[in-house]
Amino acid sequence: MSYFPDGFKDELAIIGMGCTKYGELWDTGLDDLIIDAAFEAFEDAGIGPKDIQACFFGNTNAPNNCSGTPVTDALKIHGIPVTRNENWCTAGHIALINACLAVKSGMCDIAMAIGAEKLKDKGAGGMGVGRGLNPVRETRRNAPGSFALIAERYFQKYGLTYEEGKRTIAKISVKNHYNGSLTPRAHFHNILTLDQVMNAPLIASPLGLFDCCGTSDGGACAIITRASIAKKLRADPIYIKGFGCSTDMVLPHYRSREFDWTSFEAMRNCAGMAYEMAGIKNPREEIDLAEVHDCFSITELCIYEDFGFSPRGGAPRDIEEGFFERTGGLPVNVDGGLKCFGHPVGASGIRMTYEVYKQLQGKVDNPARQLKNVTRGLSQTFGGPPQIAACMIIGNEKG
Amino acid sequence: MKTGIKSIGAYLPYHYMTRTTLAAAWGGKKGIGEKSIADVDEDSVTMAVEAAMGCFRFIKREDVNALYFASTTGVYAEKSHSALISVACDLDDAETFTTDFASSTRAGTNALKSAMDSAAANNKTNVLVVASDMRNGFPKSAEESGFGDGAAAVVVGSGEGLIAEVDYFTSINEEINDYWRNACEKYTRHAEGRFCDEEGYLLQVNKVLKKLFNETGLKASDFNKVILVAQKQKLRDKVIKKNNFTAEQTADTLLLNVGDTGAAQGILGLVNTIENSAAGDRILLVDYGNGANAFVLTVTENITKLGAKGQITQYLNNRKELTSYAKFLSWRGIAAAEPGGAFKLPASTSQIWREQNINIRLHGSVCKKCGAALFPINRICDNCGSKDEYNEFRFSDNVCKLYTFTVDHYAGRSDDPLIIQAVAEAGNGCRIYSIMTDFEVDEVYSGMNVEFTFRKMHELGDFPNYFWKFRPLRREKV
Repeated sequence: MSYFPDGFKDELAIIGMGCTKYGELWDTGLDDLIIDAAFEAFEDAGIGPKDIQACFFGNTNAPNNCSGTPVTDALKIHGIPVTRNENWCTAGHIALINACLAVKSGMCDIAMAIGAEKLKDKGAGGMGVGRGLNPVRETRRNAPGSFALIAERYFQKYGLTYEEGKRTIAKISVKNHYNGSLTPRAHFHNILTLDQVMNAPLIASPLGLFDCCGTSDGGACAIITRASIAKKLRADPIYIKGFGCSTDMVLPHYRSREFDWTSFEAMRNCAGMAYEMAGIKNPREEIDLAEVHDCFSITELCIYEDFGFSPRGGAPRDIEEGFFERTGGLPVNVDGGLKCFGHPVGASGIRMTYEVYKQLQGKVDNPARQLKNVTRGLSQTFGGPPQIAACMIIGNEKG
Repeated sequence: MKTGIKSIGAYLPYHYMTRTTLAAAWGGKKGIGEKSIADVDEDSVTMAVEAAMGCFRFIKREDVNALYFASTTGVYAEKSHSALISVACDLDDAETFTTDFASSTRAGTNALKSAMDSAAANNKTNVLVVASDMRNGFPKSAEESGFGDGAAAVVVGSGEGLIAEVDYFTSINEEINDYWRNACEKYTRHAEGRFCDEEGYLLQVNKVLKKLFNETGLKASDFNKVILVAQKQKLRDKVIKKNNFTAEQTADTLLLNVGDTGAAQGILGLVNTIENSAAGDRILLVDYGNGANAFVLTVTENITKLGAKGQITQYLNNRKELTSYAKFLSWRGIAAAEPGGAFKLPASTSQIWREQNINIRLHGSVCKKCGAALFPINRICDNCGSKDEYNEFRFSDNVCKLYTFTVDHYAGRSDDPLIIQAVAEAGNGCRIYSIMTDFEVDEVYSGMNVEFTFRKMHELGDFPNYFWKFRPLRREKV
């Protein structure tokens, strides 16, 4: 299947982005997160709220199915289309994609994507127990347990002992915590040792406390326009190369055909769609940095393989060789990732894109963590598992 | 035409507590034997389903056309339990008469007697009688220690295939407040001990035995096995002595290792006795509770079809000691531990009703065109795309292989914290996600065999919500 046969790459650009501090922000409301993320983006783009013609809001946890009203209430941008999507962890990316489609379609010239989430208003840690659309079948399912099922299968399939497998994924957490320690707006700043990760209390075997990302409050925002307009507004717009989105069935736990819990159709097809739009043949070589969905350490490992960063079964070796470290061949999650920056669900896809955007502009908040010679980066989120994946590829040059 | 027993089944929970542990919890010293304890996700309904499933070893579901449920601890004061158990057993709604027997600890054998009458009236009738109980005694009471949880089932019919024939029945009625529990109360009350023993149990049981001997001309030595339901072994032994029964004749109703299983004790004792009988054995069963029932049965040549399939021994040999009295109190809701986080689940009476073939019968679908098996029932085949071309398939009696799992430390109740999230594969290639129960955490591995067990998942919506969990093999043998 081919999307945008008449072309998409480099037609749109991001002209402004914003991102709040992430963390347990007890004194900050959903409206504050929206205002702070949006006004940083307005300032960055050199425009104001009244210039926005359509707005797409990513949010999964606001009470009572609130539509786009948290954004219109906070920013007073009422009177235009402002809609909310709640596509789990991909909601931020879906907002970005919808903003791109609004401009690409000719509906408008300037569209905004914003994601914000107040998880700490829920009154409990974690994302809760009980999943699915049925009153009884997934009574005790939760996020760590769901992703841990992947780890057990991956270890079995590739012949890793429990210890070997756990050590392999622990290295992802160590990497992301080191990266997060350099990132001022990240939720956590603690550097972890391998032993600390290995010996942390078990959450859902083999995943321990430090294999799991934080549940945080935060918001992020992007303003998208046509490339032709972008160049008039700023010298360094970031061009949109392609995006991907793919959805699996809601009942993957019951799938047996073409599904072994180590690779996910939603991720493979999401990657394939984006790579085709962006003209990427060899992602391992052609992508300079990636921000991916490390909700759990094992998830990041699977993404390496489903997004073609590592050969099938080859992720443990790449991890061992430091390929995804900030000094490696393909730095992944240089801002600390979900693991350390935090994961306010509907905002994460936009936060990841913010990091790539700033890296590509050479404008990250701490010069010590600025990557050199980067021209093209990818951000990616994964909801479920493994129902929905979304991603976006952006670059600082055309072509 | 002779009526009798066509099939038998039983269920004993995974956990037991020694009476020494119970005694020690209150500063006492030693107790004798063990008390069987239903898991936190079990109740009289789920245990009944387990026992009933044991019956389908020797009779097809299609041949059962009535289900009687007996218990003093049903989960509803108003609503049929037998209707729910019948559906969990995957019996045909259009062909199954269901009814409940409640209140009396004699309810199990009252149901048995009614089933015999029904079978005698219609030679096509096969009644599944299932008795299940999990009573509470006041903390520190003799009843707390003496009561045990369990269930047993028999299928009653007539004609060919009887494992045991019922030769005679007689009963007496007696109005007495010796043991009772008022509506909405949690604990069984009792009158002064000697009044209970002498004017209650001993007087009534001896009276029904005398009546039986007079009416039949049978005497104590004519029986190979004598099953005397009792609250206490000491009282039973007095009846044995007075009526000149011998220790060899005396059958075990599992008072020592399981406890007084209330409405289930009579049927449980009968199943245990039949499982250990030979053709020609004559059995006397006496049940007690506001009067007494007495049955005379004779085991037939068909006993050989049981083979070595004694379910009670199987369950007794596969149990785990519960050492925490605090956990027991919490599981029973007597001193409930801190509640866990709220479930993010919908509760819906209409959805539970609409999806009962999936959630209660555990039906999936098998595509008529390509043969692909799916759970739950899917209208569109995920393999060939056919629409509404499927047969429903029952998974509940399938043994599956564990495909992947995790030991989840944060999804459980505070008094039962470990949850095993699991995906298992049935023989027809279908994968099913559920959680596991009654496991030993160090003995769970990918590839192991698991069976389905009907359990209570939660009580959102103000009613018990049931589904099936995985369990290491206890009921099934491979």
